Amino acid sequence: MSVLKWSAAEVAKKVINNEELFILDVRNADAFEDWKIDGHKFEYLNIPYFELLDGVEDILPKIPTDKDVLVVCAKEGSSLMVAEMLSEAGRTGAYLAGGMKTWSEYLEPIKVGDLTGGGELYQFVRLGKGCLSYMVISEGEAAIIDAVRFTDTFTSFAEEKNVNIKYVFDTHLHADHISGGRHIAATTGATYYLPPKDAEEVVFDYTPLLDGTTVQVGASKIDVGAIYSPGHTIGSTSFVVDSKYLLTGDILFIDSIGRPDLAGLAEDWVGDLRETLYKRYRELSNDLIVLPAHFMIIDELNEDGTVAKHLGQLFAENHGLNIKDEAEFRSVVTEHLPPQPNAYQDIRQVNMGKITPTQEEQTEMEIGPNRCAVR
Amino acid sequence: MKSTLQLDAKGLSCPMPIVKTKKAIDTLASGEILEVQVTDKGALADIPAWAKAGGHIILDKAEDAGVITFFIQKA
Repeated sequence: MSVLKWSAAEVAKKVINNEELFILDVRNADAFEDWKIDGHKFEYLNIPYFELLDGVEDILPKIPTDKDVLVVCAKEGSSLMVAEMLSEAGRTGAYLAGGMKTWSEYLEPIKVGDLTGGGELYQFVRLGKGCLSYMVISEGEAAIIDAVRFTDTFTSFAEEKNVNIKYVFDTHLHADHISGGRHIAATTGATYYLPPKDAEEVVFDYTPLLDGTTVQVGASKIDVGAIYSPGHTIGSTSFVVDSKYLLTGDILFIDSIGRPDLAGLAEDWVGDLRETLYKRYRELSNDLIVLPAHFMIIDELNEDGTVAKHLGQLFAENHGLNIKDEAEFRSVVTEHLPPQPNAYQDIRQVNMGKITPTQEEQTEMEIGPNRCAVR
Repeated sequence: MKSTLQLDAKGLSCPMPIVKTKKAIDTLASGEILEVQVTDKGALADIPAWAKAGGHIILDKAEDAGVITFFIQKA
């Protein structure tokens, strides 16, 4: 039997198309517990590779023969070794090229919908990390919101669509992943916007993103309008696109809400978070489709792979929007918070331009789930 | 610390540091100590986890200029 090499793109298709897959994850138990490849119909077996050095015979009965089996490890080496052992044992051995490192970096662009006058809105789903970026396209121009650091993906996509990137926004200073925003702006000549209240320490030039800031994209003048919505950070800003979509950044997710502690000021910002979720957002139309900057669990993905839901539906179903008692709300979002994202303080420093790690160091910093929410 | 056997696994990436460590440990008698040097960050978590699974004891761990040294006593 031969050894097959799968790309992250092939695994992404399995996730998005709700297909079955059996994953033999050979990282150590802590790493698996912390973070794995999530799929609606995926099954898992976690046996660290170092327990398989003497052979895979013992685990063969646990590995199905009637569905695809993929061996996964941190960077590839161990999964290749185990896939070869499976192959020698007469099974089909397949491994994930680049391992969890590459999975963490893979981006899948999915069309969310059409905009007025032939425009389009795309969501870039980073399945391995739960990050969501957006591109608004309209007749020759594009705006990008919350771009992750793989800037080529966005610039190539814009070229493919024959549009010039004119505006680049970050809804806030990110703490879980490294932003590609200012680098895209630098290479394309686009204007880079950042909320000034999040940017007090940044060491590069930017255009202030203020409440009411509006740009128009392309000939059909798709409105991208900013709404100040603090709480995750003090500068956090949302966008309404084409009077139809609400990009909430890290304030409101599908099944959870933003956490107020990643810049160290949970107690100070919990009031802002409450005000944004329970007053400012309530004044908006329930018909808006919420597009967040993250998802935390695979159940937040729709059938087509997008992460999107009507605001009215979230008001009815999202637990974080239904805590009537203010004291209870305060307690939920400031106490018993999940662990903070890996290296979040260093990531903030990178996004402020204060430190410039190598690509490899950036990859290490971004390992693991995003953890920007409280449920 | 005095070790019975020294293993240089610097520059090797996963899974080779563990594969070599296991082979080296297999040549030792119970109670003897293996000193292994690695540079792969993955080994930092994997060597202790591997040792624990086999009952070996990590007597000491030191990091200097990106080189991690483990002293492992065979079970």
